[in-house]
Amino acid sequence: MRMELIQPFINAADAVFAESLQAPTKILDLSMDENTYRRKGVAALIAIKGDIEGRVILDLSPEVAMKVASHLAGSKVPESDQVVRETVCELANMVIGNSVTLLNDQGFRFKVFPPEIHMNEEGLAGSADTESMVIAIETPCGQAYLNISMHYLRRRRNERNAASVMD
Amino acid sequence: MQQFAALLRKDNQPVRYLVVDDSVFARKNIIKMIEMFGGEVAGEAGDGLTAIAEFNRTKPDIVLMDITMPQMEGIEAVERIVRQHGDARIVMVSSVGYQENILAALQKGAKHFVQKPVKPEVLYEILRYVLSDDPNATGAPVAFAGEHRA
Repeated sequence: MRMELIQPFINAADAVFAESLQAPTKILDLSMDENTYRRKGVAALIAIKGDIEGRVILDLSPEVAMKVASHLAGSKVPESDQVVRETVCELANMVIGNSVTLLNDQGFRFKVFPPEIHMNEEGLAGSADTESMVIAIETPCGQAYLNISMHYLRRRRNERNAASVMD
Repeated sequence: MQQFAALLRKDNQPVRYLVVDDSVFARKNIIKMIEMFGGEVAGEAGDGLTAIAEFNRTKPDIVLMDITMPQMEGIEAVERIVRQHGDARIVMVSSVGYQENILAALQKGAKHFVQKPVKPEVLYEILRYVLSDDPNATGAPVAFAGEHRA
């Protein structure tokens, strides 16, 4: 996986959490994952299709999501699934929006799909032909996880063309 | 929490805002800032179509408009509102801030753009700027320049 495609998402997530929570954040860990993603809390999955393709998952525990929601509201928010969903969704939108802005200004064109929220116990499938990168971010409200699987479509086309020539 | 001098209309009444975003969470966040600026929420909408109806109903001083929304996106809603109300003051608020989006919104009649996550001090300065051109707004924003503090 190309780091230049991953870096805008890491930078955006770091900036979104730091600016939203008005406190410094820290990237704790980066690791590669080749298996189906097992979410740790409430996950928002956003798909991207175009010059680059893949998906990004933002994953927060309900407790962390509630703390973030209360921080942003300026007072304690009553706990509910809807608040948790809304919080994770909006954070994911901000992370994707900020990273997409960077990639778009670099000349990449693609479509971003609305976030899908996953709260049940099933795993989230990764792309069949790419591994993903998992980033743990330490925030003042607890840990958040970003799982990114992204690749150039152009490269895949070239690979497919090369494969068809060999056949 | 940061403190801001109130942004007021010329008649010394609070500036009235229409907040348009499909995320309830995002609307709450913006409304919290409006209250910090001494403003009043005239209405809320979760999509462009409702925004147009709410604009006609409430006649707000300022609209804070998201871009990506169901039914009708923010840029189309801006175009329709400005076509009917040439003096409408609309500030786009979106996490997607690439050039094409900003230009499209400005070409359709939006006055400014702010990227999410919204920093209160950035939104405050933008509102001051947009209101300074508003015949209904006081010179207060200018008079209060530099008074907000962390």
